Amino acid sequence: MDHRPQAWGRPRDDVYGAYDASYLHTDGPKTATQSPIVTGTSVIAIKFKDGVVIAADNLASYGSLARFTDVKRLRTFLSTSVVGFGGDVSDMQFLDRHLNELAIDEAYEHDIVSTGAEADQPTGSAAGQLNAANLHKYLAKLMYRRRSDFDPLWNQVLVAGFDAQAKPFLASVDLRGTTFTSPSLATGFGAMLAQPIMRRFAATEEDAARLTRDEAVNVVKECMKVLFYRDARSLDRYSIAVVTKEGVELSEDEQLEKQSWAFAERIRGYGTQVV
Amino acid sequence: MTSIGTGYDLANSIFSPDGRNFQVEYAVKAVENGGTSIGIRCKDGVVLAVEKLVTSKLLKPNANKRIATVDRHLGVVYSGMIPDGRHFIERARDEARAWRDTFKTPIATADLASRMGGYMQAYTLYQSVRPFGITAIVGGFDSAAETPVDGEVGNGPACGAGGKVAGKTHGGPFLYMIEPSGLYWGYYGAATGKGRQAAKAELEKLDLGGPGGPALTMEEAVKEAARILYVAHDDDKEFELEMTWISGADGPTKGAHHEVPKALREEAERLAKQAQEEKMEE
Repeated sequence: MDHRPQAWGRPRDDVYGAYDASYLHTDGPKTATQSPIVTGTSVIAIKFKDGVVIAADNLASYGSLARFTDVKRLRTFLSTSVVGFGGDVSDMQFLDRHLNELAIDEAYEHDIVSTGAEADQPTGSAAGQLNAANLHKYLAKLMYRRRSDFDPLWNQVLVAGFDAQAKPFLASVDLRGTTFTSPSLATGFGAMLAQPIMRRFAATEEDAARLTRDEAVNVVKECMKVLFYRDARSLDRYSIAVVTKEGVELSEDEQLEKQSWAFAERIRGYGTQVV
Repeated sequence: MTSIGTGYDLANSIFSPDGRNFQVEYAVKAVENGGTSIGIRCKDGVVLAVEKLVTSKLLKPNANKRIATVDRHLGVVYSGMIPDGRHFIERARDEARAWRDTFKTPIATADLASRMGGYMQAYTLYQSVRPFGITAIVGGFDSAAETPVDGEVGNGPACGAGGKVAGKTHGGPFLYMIEPSGLYWGYYGAATGKGRQAAKAELEKLDLGGPGGPALTMEEAVKEAARILYVAHDDDKEFELEMTWISGADGPTKGAHHEVPKALREEAERLAKQAQEEKMEE
């Protein structure tokens, strides 16, 4: 029997073999996030003539388990921009706190336009304050830095708002720091399922500039329905935000309406059909 | 001055035999030379105002702001040595941020006042430092609503975060004044700087400390603040008026600390000047 204090509480070597302390070693390859754990699925967004519509469902999945059903994945920034997060939820929380700090720092330096009367300034913003384009650039640098450290934030993010010319702005950045922009954007499964539908309505910037608010909202709602039909990690409750110069209208408890599962009858290969 | 020549004022952290710290008293003198600052705690928020003495015609009007935002819901104004005030603000911002990092929730006005009071007091204890040459007025509006924790993703429990006593009011407007000694009290209305005597006399006339809480609304307080600073102002020098306010979530600033809109400030200044003229005629 080994009576030395350092052996107290340890499994006996003669019974269990030598203790494997390799996990305590700090040398060797550094490991960071290798895969996301709790995840959110698609975020979709489309520009219209006066702003941007963005939506994401309220589900956070743990693998294939629909674990959390009231998760808000759209975050407003300075009440002028909206950031939609797909991917890891804890990394989203980290980014949300970080953006919150950034927004407070902004309040130190700038004062708010309370009426929106000043030319080309969205209501609730101040001259020189971070707009959506600035915010997207900032997030892109942050994501790229983290991937270069081999410690990526496992998200794909859509940023919706206005640029310095007060034009509707929509852009994406992913965990590798890759950025792109388009009149409509979707992350995750949405890139396959929703993007083609949105392109039918806004293939080019000119098309998007002709789209009305109601049309854009309807397209997004239709896309959310298609995503719920076909994406097994999605939910019928979702959040939708409309960003205009008057500010952000965010609704976090929307329910998919007028679902029709008739198409499911014709699908063969999974489900309850025997033949 | 009784302190001169006794030697007890030559270093910070040395008491005189009759129990005074002369360095702290000299710091108070520095405050008494600064432009007047006032804070008013109203029914629906807090108003902060400062008399900014124009030291040079080469300074851009309305640039160089004196009232600072510490967190969304917190503002600070001070009289005395401006660089000391700047450092005070920097520290207050660090405290507010550290609080958020730890507790994931905004710092309460009382907690910020407590921490900053402790910070100022530490500068009366050591040979290597001198006390702050400022008196700071800290205003804030603590949200009474169930606020989401920073970074929260879901709704949280239906009963809320807890910690609230039934029948007791939580949150609301708060006002504190911190002196160079580190002493701080909560106030209904606070004034410091050159014109503090006149300003305090005027503040005492307002309905701020009634049994049902202050009766004054923020809009009224903005006008009163402008009037008080005009009353307290020493006539032969030029000055600028800077005013900020903090309302609750349903008020004009939606719980945040913002500058008073230009139109309202100009209206308040017009009324203040008018009141001055009427007084002159009497």
